[in-house]
Amino acid sequence: MTERRIRIMVAKPGLDGHDRGARILSRCFRDAGFEVIYTGCHQTPEQIASAAIQEDVDLVGLSCLSGAHRYLFPRVVELLRERGGDDITVIGGGIIPDQDLQMLHDAGIKAVFTPGASLDSIVQWVRENVSVK
Amino acid sequence: MKEADKIRKGDVRTATRLIRNIEDSIPEAKTAIKHLFPFTGRAHVVGLTGAPGAGKSTLIDSLISRYRKMNKTIGALLVDPTSPFTGGAILGDRIRLQRHAEDPQVFVRSLATRGALGGLSKAAGDAIHVMDAMGKDLVFVETVGTGQQEVEVMNHVHTVVVVMIPGMGDDIQAIKAGILEVADIFVINKADREGAGRLYQELMHMLDMAGTFAGGWRPPIISVDTMFKPELFHEGVEELSTKIDEHYENLVSKNLLGSRLRRKVMAELNEALQSSILTPILRKIIDSGEMESLIEKLIKKETDPYTCAEEIAKKYLR
Repeated sequence: MTERRIRIMVAKPGLDGHDRGARILSRCFRDAGFEVIYTGCHQTPEQIASAAIQEDVDLVGLSCLSGAHRYLFPRVVELLRERGGDDITVIGGGIIPDQDLQMLHDAGIKAVFTPGASLDSIVQWVRENVSVK
Repeated sequence: MKEADKIRKGDVRTATRLIRNIEDSIPEAKTAIKHLFPFTGRAHVVGLTGAPGAGKSTLIDSLISRYRKMNKTIGALLVDPTSPFTGGAILGDRIRLQRHAEDPQVFVRSLATRGALGGLSKAAGDAIHVMDAMGKDLVFVETVGTGQQEVEVMNHVHTVVVVMIPGMGDDIQAIKAGILEVADIFVINKADREGAGRLYQELMHMLDMAGTFAGGWRPPIISVDTMFKPELFHEGVEELSTKIDEHYENLVSKNLLGSRLRRKVMAELNEALQSSILTPILRKIIDSGEMESLIEKLIKKETDPYTCAEEIAKKYLR
């Protein structure tokens, strides 16, 4: 009996060590029936891209509260493309000012969830936009 | 076979995609395994098992560093539990291995149990084959945090390392059947904690009672201090890696690899029979609605499970 499961990597790039949100979201994805690989804090974009390829995930969710998202998020997308992972969807969350949303979208970040976004809405977004490759 | 060739050349994307397809029971994945099978059997496969929080991932992380210094290539398979309620899983052991993420000679893959009992996932055996065929010198397999009898790992590896921590039970534990019996090497991790000496004594006593050991290999007991004492910790890990190597050499020199291999292929055949015979029958009786009506009859006591099974066998196995 074939049973496709959506695999998601939740990662925190950069120096920001506040991962409660990322862990709550991971748990929430688990409860939605997804397989979640959590890679922890202080990851370089290179480490995240490499791990996402090795784990064959469908989605990478990046969390950043430090303001470095303008560099870190697009860099992950770029590295995934370089390594043959251009079919992996990348989304972001954290403290992201409205004026950066367009720039992130242009860089290939498919959705950005900022404080106030409900967990249900994020799960809903994943169900609607991510399927097993 | 292109897919198998790519994997043998070490292509991570193809390898990890195949592991995914095995997990998802995609029929085509079996074809790839058929092609890879002749090229497996070269890697030394080492399983680490033990209670949740015993420090299995941390030990694997340090072992990887140690073996990378010796220029060995590494595969690591990390198993974590699937939720029985939602089917979801948090695969969190990778956190401790992330410093190797950029090393192209280290391939780490997490697996969810997806309901399998025994401490592994049904896909584990084939995932080991994939890493082996990639040319990895060593493949580490970390079981789900186990209790007393998740011994499935012994069917898939050459060397079983049982990781223990002090303070988990009385002296009857050491003579029970189960996980302690399958150990080739014992590690007492966090050995600077209270109770480590007693645990060591109990394990020694248990081994003394065992009397004979296949190939003369009496499982060594290695004490490893916590990571808060880096030097002592590294000393312990070094000793562990030496024993892992010695164990494999012993298997080879005493002609014991054959009997381990027998155990391994029997388990694999058993799993293949399950997926080739039992699973299709189950699918048929579920899809046709037969399962539902059998369940109703069983609840009303109109039949019993053995009669059901005999009737199904008669119908589908001719």
